[in-house]
Amino acid sequence: MTRFIIIMLSAVFINNYVLSRFLGICPFLGVSKKLNQAAGMSVAVIFVMLMATAVTWPIQTYLLDPNNLGYLQTIVFILVIAALVQLVEIILKRYIPSLHKSLGVYLPLITTNCAVLGVTILNIDEGYTFAESMVNSLGSGLGFFLAMVMFSGVRSRLEGADVPKAFQGLPITLVAASITSLSFLGFSGVIENLFA
Amino acid sequence: MNKSQNFLKGIIKENPVLVLVLGTCPTLAVSTSVTSALGMGAAATLVLLCSNMVISALRNIIPDKVRIPCYIVLIAGFVTMVQMLVKAFAPALDESLGIYLPLIVVNCIILGRAEMYANKNKVLDSAVDALGMGAGFTLALLLMATIREVLGSGTWMGIEIPVLAENNISIMTMAPGGFLVFGILIAVVNKISSGKNVKKNFGCAGCPSAEICGKGSCSEKEEAK
Repeated sequence: MTRFIIIMLSAVFINNYVLSRFLGICPFLGVSKKLNQAAGMSVAVIFVMLMATAVTWPIQTYLLDPNNLGYLQTIVFILVIAALVQLVEIILKRYIPSLHKSLGVYLPLITTNCAVLGVTILNIDEGYTFAESMVNSLGSGLGFFLAMVMFSGVRSRLEGADVPKAFQGLPITLVAASITSLSFLGFSGVIENLFA
Repeated sequence: MNKSQNFLKGIIKENPVLVLVLGTCPTLAVSTSVTSALGMGAAATLVLLCSNMVISALRNIIPDKVRIPCYIVLIAGFVTMVQMLVKAFAPALDESLGIYLPLIVVNCIILGRAEMYANKNKVLDSAVDALGMGAGFTLALLLMATIREVLGSGTWMGIEIPVLAENNISIMTMAPGGFLVFGILIAVVNKISSGKNVKKNFGCAGCPSAEICGKGSCSEKEEAK
């Protein structure tokens, strides 16, 4: 149980996907302007991360590895994720239209979100079991959610700030991201000592 | 546009990293050291060259409706090849690039050039475009990595720099330093190019995030002008 908690907490805080691993920067910079968009996108990412892990882990373990096809990992994973996202979109559209309305717009761009492909590959690389992989995916998704929501707050403050002309737009956003990421550095070492 | 202009536009006018702001994830992640930045640049350029040429050659065969999945499969195939090459001939590089090597598949630059350039142009032009964009990507990475490695660890490609090595600012090689250096570099590019309107061809069409991003950072750029 302790192991699950450690995996979870380190995925959320220490190895935060956006702020320390630099995965999923595009949506982080693109969609974090408004709180509701940021939250919607993050929920969609958590959902797809969990689904993608649930599908790719068994494929790698029971299909690719026994047949010595490990090198097909990249191709198979990206295809599975792309197909999965399409499938989820179709199912949501048909059966839960209200959810599709709020998450649907974010689904297509998750296909090529490096955070989703990243989490599935990292789960394999780290040698996690299925349960650990799922916990890690959930933690990574929650970490993404945390970073997005926090950052949308930071950005709403930036709107009113008087920024030098050259820094307007993306540059100041990146500098703000740097400071947000600095605050996450404070967590390093905390989790290990918590259970030591 | 002749060949040399086509090549040079990727390095300066439409630099994929600093002007079009594509492929930010690898840029931030592997720019901690010059060696891994060069490795990443070379790997991405190779994938870009192959994918651009093949996609351009197949541009009349691939049906328009399923073009994106086709591109992704082609790109994933080339990435796998590069992965195997790197694993076999440069295991140290494989170690330092880690997860970011397979993630070249989802690098916006590659899909972006396929969508914006290769599917409309001849094979040779696409190859030149790919080389230009790849060189632009590599140079931008090199610039960032130089700043971060020199300030952060006081070395350049592993060579120690006398005074800086004892007084390194280690935050530069960590995550916050990446964001900071990237932000400042883009600001510098903005300053130099202000008034020249270089962002006219902002590459949103090729980015899979365009739908959402169009309301976010891209339109923000338009406003910022």
